[in-house]
Amino acid sequence: MLYEPAPMMADDPALIACRECDLLVRPAAASASPQASALCPRCGALLYRCSGNSLENTLALACAALVLLIIANAFPVVSLDIQGQRLDATVFGAALQLWREDMPAVALLVLATTSLIPFLEIGSVIWLTLPLLYGRRPAGFARVFRALQGAHPWAMVEVFILGILVSLVKLAHLADVLPGPAMLGFALLMLVLAAISSIIEPRALWQAWEEARE
Amino acid sequence: MTTVQAAALGKAECPTCGQLGSPAEHPACRRCGTLLHLRKPNSLQRSWALLIAAFVLYLPANLLPIMETHSLFGPQKDTIMSGVVYLWSSGSWILALVVFVASVAVPLLKLVSLTLLLISVQRRWQHQPLQRAKLYRFLELIGRWSMLDVFVVTILVTLVQVQTLATIHPGPGVLAFAAVVILSMLATMAFEPRLIWDAVDNSPRKEINP
Repeated sequence: MLYEPAPMMADDPALIACRECDLLVRPAAASASPQASALCPRCGALLYRCSGNSLENTLALACAALVLLIIANAFPVVSLDIQGQRLDATVFGAALQLWREDMPAVALLVLATTSLIPFLEIGSVIWLTLPLLYGRRPAGFARVFRALQGAHPWAMVEVFILGILVSLVKLAHLADVLPGPAMLGFALLMLVLAAISSIIEPRALWQAWEEARE
Repeated sequence: MTTVQAAALGKAECPTCGQLGSPAEHPACRRCGTLLHLRKPNSLQRSWALLIAAFVLYLPANLLPIMETHSLFGPQKDTIMSGVVYLWSSGSWILALVVFVASVAVPLLKLVSLTLLLISVQRRWQHQPLQRAKLYRFLELIGRWSMLDVFVVTILVTLVQVQTLATIHPGPGVLAFAAVVILSMLATMAFEPRLIWDAVDNSPRKEINP
């Protein structure tokens, strides 16, 4: 879809404003391709992302993400083998170790950005899309939606993966390092989360909410 | 191309559901109940405060050790920069470059760019709004990557606990560094990108050449 700057004093329900530059825009008359995304004609920010059957796809991806996140949290991320002595690092174990080392703030930060906030994000996506798929309005839609928006920038799975890679290199001279199952879990989770955030469209979700029953 | 900002008609886009509303008539969005504002309230003050706090912590974050290693070769303290040097000298120069960009270049670039953006909207600069809008979008994208070193220290501290060989403890620098990352992310979120365009739109020169 294409958008063009709207004329002064237009009062049209199809009008939207750009989130980043506040430009008033309306759908251009000669555009009718629902499969395209729309960018602001002035600042280039994303106005609207059109993705065919987004509710079903979003829910399917969110379920996959939930499974991957459980794997990523339950199994060790990296293991160290020093003369037969094996040390595992899970996300929770790592946070616990930082806590013991007198760094509770950093421990909570690590636990939040790699585990708690991704859980919150995935959980709220499922909470929002599952009832909508059956034509019902989820309870507390606005509140959960705001939680999702607020959580999104703080989920740092992809940064954590890079962190694991760097520590693998740093440890290589000390001992045999073995990437654990959670490493793969996190890597796949990164891809699935990226896919979710690339198809989720707030305006379309709210459109579905309006069409759903109370 | 004549352009009209929503705020010029007293309209504001709901940050939650994207519907246009008139905050003067209905303070809360009629669809989802979110409080509407034409612009983020007090964005300049909040952004400056968080940014200055980040600047203050930037020094200890880079000067204090983020990691203390005790091994057969004696104790060794690592700062962010010495970690980069170690990676470089041990031959992993691609990773050294990645860590340098994420931990040294990005935080500094981010603090300096945000300062520039804040000054530019305060002085109501009119040139290059598009460039500045793109810079802001870029800042939002890259800020999170600075958490890299915090994660590296976390994993090393967890794994290297074999008393006979070596132990690694987190240093005070890691707390300061994490605080810089979080404060600069919050400062970026508090910034109001629409202020960049307000200066352009309220100028006598209404025509904007793309």
